[in-house]
Amino acid sequence: MTKSAISLAFKNCKKEKRPALITFTVAGDNTKKNSLKILNSIAKYADILELSFLHNCPIADGGQIQNSTYRSLKNGTTLKDTFQIAKKFKNNNPKKPLILMGYYNLIYQNGENNFLRNCKLSKVDGLIVVDLPWPENKKFSKKCKKKSINFVQLLSPTTSNERMKKIIKDSHDMIYYISMLSTTGGKLKVPPQKILENYNKIKKINKNKNCVIGFGITNKSIKSFRNSDGVVVGSEICKEITRSLNNRQNPVTNVSKIVTKLKNKIL
Amino acid sequence: MKIRKNIQLIDQHDKFGFWGGKFGGNFIPETLKKPVEDLTILFEKLRKNNKFIKERDYYFKNWVGSPTSFIKLDNLTKHLGGAQIWAKVVSEANGGAHKIYNATVHCLIAKRAGKKYIVGDTGAGYAGKMLSMAAKKFGLKCKIFMGAKDIKRQKPNCDAMRKNGAEIVPVYTGSQTLVDAVSECMRYWVSNCDTTHMCVGSTVGPNIFVKICGWSTSQISRELFIQIKKEFGKIPKKVKLLNCVGGGSSSFGFWNEFMHYNKKQVEFIGIEAGGPKKSKRHAAPLTYGSKIGILHGASQYVNQDFEGQIEETESISAGLDYPGVSPIHCFLKDTKRARYTAATDEEALSAYKLVTKYENLNPSLEPSHAFAEAIKLAPKLSKDTIMIVNSCGDAHKDRDILRQRLGKY
Repeated sequence: MTKSAISLAFKNCKKEKRPALITFTVAGDNTKKNSLKILNSIAKYADILELSFLHNCPIADGGQIQNSTYRSLKNGTTLKDTFQIAKKFKNNNPKKPLILMGYYNLIYQNGENNFLRNCKLSKVDGLIVVDLPWPENKKFSKKCKKKSINFVQLLSPTTSNERMKKIIKDSHDMIYYISMLSTTGGKLKVPPQKILENYNKIKKINKNKNCVIGFGITNKSIKSFRNSDGVVVGSEICKEITRSLNNRQNPVTNVSKIVTKLKNKIL
Repeated sequence: MKIRKNIQLIDQHDKFGFWGGKFGGNFIPETLKKPVEDLTILFEKLRKNNKFIKERDYYFKNWVGSPTSFIKLDNLTKHLGGAQIWAKVVSEANGGAHKIYNATVHCLIAKRAGKKYIVGDTGAGYAGKMLSMAAKKFGLKCKIFMGAKDIKRQKPNCDAMRKNGAEIVPVYTGSQTLVDAVSECMRYWVSNCDTTHMCVGSTVGPNIFVKICGWSTSQISRELFIQIKKEFGKIPKKVKLLNCVGGGSSSFGFWNEFMHYNKKQVEFIGIEAGGPKKSKRHAAPLTYGSKIGILHGASQYVNQDFEGQIEETESISAGLDYPGVSPIHCFLKDTKRARYTAATDEEALSAYKLVTKYENLNPSLEPSHAFAEAIKLAPKLSKDTIMIVNSCGDAHKDRDILRQRLGKY
């Protein structure tokens, strides 16, 4: 079997002895055009890109990502637009892994099979579904695997050891460790040391699985996770878009700047 | 899809938490898996524990004030000339509505779980007010999440919450009503589940919250069952139980004890909020055939667009102003054990006017929706039909709206 783009991305990073930088942006934020422009411009620095499809009842997102989501919804961004943005991005950057992230109701209404077909057509590499935990996601993650789409399992500080083992066993090429009890974009309320302890627990169960750390990662804290497989930055980017708009600056160049900075911190 | 006998309806779900194979479940972030599982284990243990049941019953009797009265509305019956209209005056309960049962039980559970903080959502403000009362009673620190729009329109309940020492957290996202309050409350719990207990204000949310709430409000029908037997010597041949349905906690509690009666003998009628007569918006997913979707951790019939975005609702009654409905009611609808209909804002207001004109009763806008249906049905039915309306809330909280819409309160 050929290696997935996601696996290859991690492999490359390991060669360079650094973690993968994973960015998160909201589809259509602040406009459909800018959203694509942002993806294209940060693709130079990011190793994997997450793009969220919108839901107006996001029960696990903090203020920054909610702002981005509502801003984009207000502009009329639909699921179809999200797939369009993904497709255009992948046409420009065929080797750059793109992961869609969102809530299950959108997949449910679209129909699981139809949704996956749309993912394939847009050449999406992976999926994160926030509110479809294990074991409820077993069936769907199998479907994803069949279509060579990576289903990313989530682990959190509340996940027991036993449960972790089972989830890791069912995981694909990437696992996402939620750093702390928080919605996205919360202040890092636990010391990085503690987060890395849990991270190491996961790696001990299976050292070959690529495990990324997300939630609360900022320009300040990213350095502490230099020895992990990957770090996810989302709210910091959404916040930068909001800040740019408030200051009447170009969000595309500003986001590109902060992603460059983030990357330099882990080189 | 069938209701099984000899087993409580709240327990008729599969191992993934679905009633009828498709309603309910646990669509929650990984972080909440463990707290939800812990709560499930604790609740299953406590409901079998005699000491805990005794404690619950003690507080229901001596603090909530059980039983609430069951009365015949003679004047209204005479005026409408048909079925006998009765009311179960649940608004007599401490605090003025059925929400006290769920709030009390959640606080008792939180104490057993060793949690010091409790959070909850509220629409009409009753769930919040009762949770703040119970939290004060049981020595828990309390935070209430409430939509900014609801804070404005249900001021009396907000005053009560603050008086009880609770912090009200206004929610400015989305439509600024109950749906957003529940989302925000869940987000808060995701971030604080290690120290904090969450009370979902109705029979909605992840599976265990549906169960705890239904188990708590069932007190209403336990009382009613005894009261009907005392009044009529048996369960009469034609009984109709009418209840408003928002999330569905009061109606489920009002019906539960009668679940296994034939529906020809004991019929359940749920009345949803139809919204303003001239508006297309409503809060009646069961009546108007909304599609199944996922909201707040559970699959249910829910108002949404083709893509799956939750639609804004509109209703004069903040307590019914919710785009989804309890998975248990979806199950009752699809098994045809209950039937559902809607009353408009205007119908609820005229029902309020008529009931208060003829009776010494002051139902809030939520049960006024149920009275609207009773007023419609009663004249067409025989005199031996016993129609019972759950008057589950007191109109004190609605005084500003009533003054504005009817010119008096």
